[in-house]
Parts: sequence; structure tokens; C-alpha cells
Amino acid sequence: MAKGAKEDRFKGHDYYNVDGLLSEDHLLARDAVRDWVKKEVSPIIEDYSNRAECPHHLFKGLAEIGAFGPSLPEQYGGGGMDEIAYGIIMQELERGDSGIRSMASVQGSLVMYPIYKFGSEEQRLKYLPKLGSGEFIGCFGLTEPDHGSNPSGMVTNIKDDGDHVILNGAKMWITNSPVADVAVVWAKDESGIIRGVIVEKGMPGFSAPEIHGKWSLRASITGELVFEDVRVPKSNILPGVQGLKGPLSCLSKARYGIAWGAIGAAMDCYDSALRYSLEREQFGKPLAGFQLTQKKLAEMITEITKAQLLAWRLGTMANEGKATPGQISMAKRNNVHMALEIAREARQIHGGMGITNEYPIMRHMMNLETVLTYEGTHDIHLLITGMDVTGINAFK
Amino acid sequence: MKLLVCISKTPDTTAKIAFTNGDTEFNEEGVQFIMNPYDEWYALVRALELKEAAGGSVTIINVGTSANDAVIRKGLAIGADDAVRIDADPKSSYFVAKQIAAYAADKEFDVVLTGKETIDFNGSEVGGMIAEALDMPFISYATHLEMDGNVAKITRDIEGGAEVAEVSTPFTLSASKGLAEQRIPNMKGIMMSKRKPLNVVAPVEISDPSKVVGYTLPDAKESVKLVDPENMTELVRLLHEEAKVI
Ligand SMILES: Cc1cc2nc3c(=O)[nH]c(=O)nc-3n(C[C@H](O)[C@H](O)[C@H](O)COP(=O)(O)OP(=O)(O)OC[C@H]3O[C@@H](n4cnc5c(N)ncnc54)[C@H](O)[C@@H]3O)c2cc1C
Repeated sequence: MAKGAKEDRFKGHDYYNVDGLLSEDHLLARDAVRDWVKKEVSPIIEDYSNRAECPHHLFKGLAEIGAFGPSLPEQYGGGGMDEIAYGIIMQELERGDSGIRSMASVQGSLVMYPIYKFGSEEQRLKYLPKLGSGEFIGCFGLTEPDHGSNPSGMVTNIKDDGDHVILNGAKMWITNSPVADVAVVWAKDESGIIRGVIVEKGMPGFSAPEIHGKWSLRASITGELVFEDVRVPKSNILPGVQGLKGPLSCLSKARYGIAWGAIGAAMDCYDSALRYSLEREQFGKPLAGFQLTQKKLAEMITEITKAQLLAWRLGTMANEGKATPGQISMAKRNNVHMALEIAREARQIHGGMGITNEYPIMRHMMNLETVLTYEGTHDIHLLITGMDVTGINAFK
Repeated sequence: MKLLVCISKTPDTTAKIAFTNGDTEFNEEGVQFIMNPYDEWYALVRALELKEAAGGSVTIINVGTSANDAVIRKGLAIGADDAVRIDADPKSSYFVAKQIAAYAADKEFDVVLTGKETIDFNGSEVGGMIAEALDMPFISYATHLEMDGNVAKITRDIEGGAEVAEVSTPFTLSASKGLAEQRIPNMKGIMMSKRKPLNVVAPVEISDPSKVVGYTLPDAKESVKLVDPENMTELVRLLHEEAKVI
């Protein structure tokens, strides 16, 4: 059989009957996305990842299955589902690949969500249905070459020019930017207030070169956004928000999805390690029969279970509109770190095979290095919790 | 066109099979259930395609308890217009077929579709029995179906080849692999399925002439015996004395 086309034998794991906490909608959504990933993602992902190429055709498929903005209202191209359904969809996508999940997170939480939440009715109707159906691809520009963890220091700016603004500056590390039709860009106005601007592909002075050489998220396309005197109509400014809380509220949405997504990557690594350790024999017995292997497996399923419960509780609070940015930050940090640790342990269990693309482990592990860093680095999230519990700002 | 698709639940293919009640019943404890793949991937999807081409409606029907509602909802999420559940715990193909036939008798369905078999009991009986009870022609193991007005041209699997049959509505068919391709429900379908009707109907009185006396599991597979390629006499001896195939 061709490399990368091997059978995906993944089976879900649910040690604490978390399924019992989920509704029929959630389970149907979970199974549907799991089937979709097995059919569309697993057979091709190792190959695309190996070649560092983005499987563009999956944008349409993600739209059709309903992975873009599932918790936004239906009349704006969303799915009308709850936050737990959204989380579960992200979990199953990231079970396939963090890059595929990123395609959906950016489109739904970082592009559709701000246009829905802060956009005018005209902006909503103009962009959301097309973004929901995958006709438009979106990207989100916050990070700059010199301002990553410290976005409030951004230098990208807009200047008044009658019924337009003139946009200058550059954004860095922007998921989907080279293929995006629309970019939600965060820039400072003349009084230094951060505003959201919808920039469209083809506007003179706007370019989006690709960033090459990534060892992580290789199936996801990343680039820059460069603005040289780009004239943007004022009607493209998001009227509903000013200041850093605009981009931060989008990040809260996406981080919430990542807290679930990471569980998917962890489960895939655990699932593969469990199966491998039962099938592979050394010293006359399966690897799973050795105490040190069992310790690894036992710790993995324990950590996955804790992460599932954290995500589920966060989801129920999100459904009530009560999940705080601090709580979301904690779940993102904990679950991504947990997934990365599990990927590393799972890699060891697979021995030499673990470093090849016969198994998904190294791909997940490399992907998770990005997931640990984007949407707020692991350490920044520690500082967020630290500030929350002590009341002391240790950022500066 | 009015289409009726019979759907059944079956244990997930990875389920561990065990029996209870003195080996007269399948033990459902801890078993995950799915929609029978022949019903879901082929019968239901082909029915939806026929409706999409010619208009009409697709009704799914199941004989079972409320434990089957999740499977029924998946059918609605994939695209069926409405669902009927005959509220009984079926014990035989005869019972299922009689219940479905009793429900369908006065509803004037043009085509009744079933899977060629369920992947648990592999009976391949329900479709034929429904057709008999409704006095309709029955085409089994359909791999291809084209409708032209009320005439269907159906290709069916036969040993070593295929048979092409023509039949006019109303008729019943059982679906094999190839009749259609799996459709994965999308989020829109899942949300819409909540608004579609699921009618629970009381069963009719039926005396079932057959009953299951017992189940047994197949013998456990024996481990592989490796024979040295030099030792042909030993191989022949094993094939003759142990495997008893030569
Ligand atoms: C593949 C990929 C895709 C991305 N997609 C997007 C996107 O779509 N849109 C977008 O806007 N951004 C995106 N990002 C950018 C990402 O959010 C940033 O990389 C991240 O915020 C960190 O910024 P930085 O890389 O500049 O690192 P820095 O901020 O320079 O941080 C470097 C290190 O210093 C630490 N550090 C920084 N400040 C402190 C402090 N006060 N105290 C202690 N430690 C500190 C950090 O934790 C980190 O370990 C993406 C990044 C990657 C890699």
C-alpha cells in the first residue's frame, strides 16, 4: 500500500464515560467529523505534511461538513450549534492534524467570529455566508515581526483619508495569509487605539508572501501580511470594538477550541501507542506487558481523561457565557502541554518506528510545538493564571 | 416518488460478542451500536439520490425500542425526511418484516429499500419477507439502480457475474455494496434532524412461528503452525492428519 495511505485504525478513548455528559448532537457531530477525517484527512495527511504543502481542497470539505463557525447563528453561515459541539469538532479535526484544525479555527473563531461579533450588518451579510461556505478563505493578522507576545506594542497603523483609511505595517506568522481572500487585521488609529480592519485580496499595496522552512504545522500555510499605503474603505472597519479586547476576545474563542483540539492529538498518539505496544513483542512478550510501558500508558490515559473533563466543564461554562479568559487560558495551556508530553512518550513506545511517517506521532509532536506557542505561548498563559491568582502583573 | 428505507442497528464492528440468558440472547452490555452499513451507505443514500432526482420523500423505518433513536436520528441527519419507529423489541426477521409490512400496507410506497443483510445476524431475510407480505416483486443484492419513470433497471450480484433486471414500481430491493456511496452527515443535517418528525407507532399483534433456541461462538482460531520449507513430508502429514484437507 502507498505510504500515507495506510488504514487509520483510530478508536476513541473514554475512560470516564465523558460521552455520558454529551448530548446526541455532540455524539453525532463527533462521529461525523471522525468519519470525515478518516475518509479525507488520514489517507493524505502524511504526504502533504511531508511535502510541506497545504491540502487546499480540504477548505471546501471543511465547509461542507460544517466546521467553519459551527457555533455561529445559521443565518450568518454558521451551524447554530453550542460551544461543546464546536469543541468536539476541533478535537476530531486535530486528531487528524493540528494544521487542519488550524484551518478551521482561524476561519471560524478568528475571522467569522469578529465579523459576526463586531461587524456591521452589512459586513456580516457580505462576508459571513461566503466564509461559512468556504468560497472565501480568511486570515487573522495580529502578530508582528517585533510584537508577538506583546501585541499591544503593535506598529501597524491606519491614517484617516476621507472615506478611506491608509494602512501601513506588516504582520508575521499569519495562518492562511497567502491564500486568503480576506484578512481581519488589527491596527492602531491615529490616537493609538487598536481597530479591526477587513482587508481584501487585490487591494493595491497589499501582499502576503509565504513563510517557508517550517518543521511544524507543515500542512498549514503560513505567511506575512505586508501593507504599503493600502487604501481601505472606512466601511471595512469593524464598528463594534476598540482596543485590545477585540483581538483578545477572538483569541479566547480560538483558544477554547484548541483546548479541545489538543485532546484529539493526544488521543491519536495514545491510541497508536496502545495498539503498537500490544502488537509489538520484545523479550518474548508484548511491550504493553512491561511495567515501564504500562506506566507510560496509564499516565497518558489519566492525563487525557483530566483534559477531557477540563474541556467539558469549560464547554458548559462557555455555553452559559460564563467561561472567563483566565479559565480558557488555563485549559489551553494545560491541554496542549499534556498533548505534547503524550506525543513524546508515545514516540518512545514506538521505538524507531516512532520517528517515521508510518505513524502519526512525530507529525503530531512537531505540530504541537506550534500549538504550544501560538494563541499565547505556554509561558504567557502561565503569567495570565499567575496574574489572575496573585493580582500582580508579571508581564513587565 | 415515495421511498421507504428500513434501517437497523448493529453492533460496531469492533464489539466483543457475548451471549446471555442461557446463550439465547445477544449480550448488549457495553456494546456500541451503529446503523447497519448496508442500510446506511447504500439503501438510504440511493433513496436520497432518487428523491433528489425525481422529487418525493424518503421515510426511514426501524422496529425497535427507544434505544435505537440515536441511530434513527443519524438517518435523519444524513437526509431522510421523516422517521417511523415501531416500538417493539424484535426477536426475528419475520417479526420485523411483518411489522414493517403492516405499517407500509396502506401508505403506497413506490420503493421499499433494505440493506442486503445486517452485519450481525446476516439473515438477508427482511427484504424478501416484506415484499411477500406486501405482494411486491423483490430484487435482492442490488448493486446498481436506474429509474426511468416508474420502471427500474437494477443490476444485481450473482455468483461469478451480474444479472440485470427490470421491474416497475412498487417493488422492494435489498442493497449491496456499489449501489451508492457513503454520505457523512454534516452539522447542518445534524441540526435539521432535530426538527424532523420521528413517529413512534405501536406494533401490531403477530404470532412468530420461529424462535431462537441458542447461540454459540465459533471455535477460537488456532495459532499458526510454521513448517520448515525443507520438511515437505511434515507439511503433507499435517494437511492430511490434522487439517484433513488432503
Ligand atoms: C505556525 C504559526 C501560525 C501562526 N498563526 C498566527 C495567526 O494566524 N495570526 C497571528 O496573529 N499570529 C499567528 N502566529 C503567531 C503566534 O501567535 C506568535 O508566534 C506567538 O504569539 C508568540 O510570539 P513570538 O513568536 O513573537 O514570540 P515572542 O513573543 O518573542 O516570545 C519568545 C519567548 O519569550 C517568552 N516571553 C515573551 N514575553 C515574555 C514575558 N513577559 N515573560 C516571560 N516570557 C516571555 C515567550 O513565552 C516565548 O517563549 C502563528 C505562529 C506560528 C508559529
